[in-house]
Amino acid sequence: MSRRPGFLVYGLLAAFALGSAAPLYWSFLLGSQTKEVAAQGTPPPLPGGHFLANAQRAMDSIPFWKALGNSLLVSSVAACSVVFFCTLAGYAFAKLRFRGNGPLLVFVIATMAVPTQLGVVPLFILMSKLGWAGSTFSVILPWLVTAFGVFFMRQYLVDAVPDELIEAARMDGCSQIRTFVAVAVPAARPAAAILWLFTFMQVWTDFFWPLIALPPDNPTIQVALNQLQSGYFKDFSMVLAGTLLATVPLLVLFVVAGRQLVSGIMQGAVKG
Amino acid sequence: MSTQLPIRGGDIEEMSPPRRGDRPGRPATPPWRQRLHRIDYRLSPYLYIAPFFLLFLVIGMFPLGYTAWVSVHDWSLLGGKGDFVGLANYREVLDNPYFTKQLVNTISIFLISSIPQILIALALAGLLDNQLRGRTVWRMSVLLPFVVSPVAVAIIFGSLFGDRYGLVNQVLGAVGIDNIAWHTNRLASHVAIASMVNWRWTGYNALIFLAAMQAVPRDLYESASIDGAGRVRQFVSITVPMIRPTMIFVIITSTIGGLQIFAEPRLFDETTTRNGGSDRQFGTITMLVYDFGWQLRDLGRASATAWLLFLVICLFAVVNLILIRRIGSLGGDR
Repeated sequence: MSRRPGFLVYGLLAAFALGSAAPLYWSFLLGSQTKEVAAQGTPPPLPGGHFLANAQRAMDSIPFWKALGNSLLVSSVAACSVVFFCTLAGYAFAKLRFRGNGPLLVFVIATMAVPTQLGVVPLFILMSKLGWAGSTFSVILPWLVTAFGVFFMRQYLVDAVPDELIEAARMDGCSQIRTFVAVAVPAARPAAAILWLFTFMQVWTDFFWPLIALPPDNPTIQVALNQLQSGYFKDFSMVLAGTLLATVPLLVLFVVAGRQLVSGIMQGAVKG
Repeated sequence: MSTQLPIRGGDIEEMSPPRRGDRPGRPATPPWRQRLHRIDYRLSPYLYIAPFFLLFLVIGMFPLGYTAWVSVHDWSLLGGKGDFVGLANYREVLDNPYFTKQLVNTISIFLISSIPQILIALALAGLLDNQLRGRTVWRMSVLLPFVVSPVAVAIIFGSLFGDRYGLVNQVLGAVGIDNIAWHTNRLASHVAIASMVNWRWTGYNALIFLAAMQAVPRDLYESASIDGAGRVRQFVSITVPMIRPTMIFVIITSTIGGLQIFAEPRLFDETTTRNGGSDRQFGTITMLVYDFGWQLRDLGRASATAWLLFLVICLFAVVNLILIRRIGSLGGDR
């Protein structure tokens, strides 16, 4: 393998990396200026000292902590549920023989192409009828188990769990669920962690359905940012400080687990 | 690499529990336990996959069908179901000048975003598919935008693309280009919104392409370079054809997602109605669904619009497949 890159490759990659970071830096620049300086549009190239004050104003303008709590709750409950149900289903598709295994898996994959966002009207009517409209549960429900998750776990478990191990457990008279717990769950852990992260991010960044389902006083963080921007769009420094603040949890997640996210995206793709 | 999934046939007979005496030295299990065991083995798989299918029924299948049902009725957000009106909602939506305008906007934003995005992601993946020092850091750096939510991206880019003081106009001004009215000019607003989508998704798609590229057998490159093919030629003639299945996957998912774009144009809007600019110059179809349903409180028309968008998405999926097949057969002739 003689593909050693030169300066050109590193230069271009550095340009991309700069482009990835620049908009975030710009919002920190504006978000750390006073309202007046930010309004003039040309911030000094180094951040000012008003970020915390701006962030505080943003927190006072929207139900920030409520929104943050809701987003954390919704995203982590959904992520846990996805990991649980998708590991079970993925294991069944990967390792258990049952009539219809193949066609049903194809069906699961096909559902990924269904634009579920277009079903908001019936979903809204359904939630109203059930009395769940406005509750955070109405935002969790569509995320309890995902087609992507089932497929992702299935792809991982096909190789990660040796058939001999399952066979041995069966010979020993293990029930299906015990075999699952003893053999599949330990093997599934790395993929489960990635799937958890991924789902957490997806639910955290979701906007259309929460906007419809939740009232203004019980928002997720995305819906709250929407309120902030629509109410105070002339106050750049505050809106951008609030936006950055709301992004911090995912940035932390990215710093801690970015490596896992990268490998998750790449694993999900290769076997696709 | 192929899209075919290695799925084993479902022969249940192979799975019947071991007969008594299969394993000497173990006490024989009583018949009732054996029957239980067999039931467990036959039913459990279905039990494990059932949650997905149940949920899909409730949030996938049922809504698609029920949207059609709502769309042929007078149906108000607060009052609920009214009279059956046949296709009147569809007629009203199709006669609404905003429908055509926002459909054109949706397709325009989609094309302006996805075509450069796929090309840049391919190039970026090509760059990453080198023996880089610190490759994990490079990979992470292109994924950074992905953790910023579309809502936040739209707010940040709304400021970058400010009509008077935005960074983009300042940079353009420095090289002698007049201020561009990113919010009021129709095409310019589409470019601004497309750039949000591209900023967030290019790195993500590049990683998917990169994964596929790494599965391309390296000896193909070796024999190509012995034949005198340069780096770029190798990329075009070997890498791109080899990762075609992955490209199909990325193109189809970005079509389905791109045509439903909502958060970016909605948050880009600084007018009070927030329907995609003063003259809806960047309003999209999903925004029209929201407008009909939750601003005008007419779920009938919202459903009709959703169904029309669904048909558009299906149309695009078919066109995509035909195009891909055509391109594929061209590649095969060479």
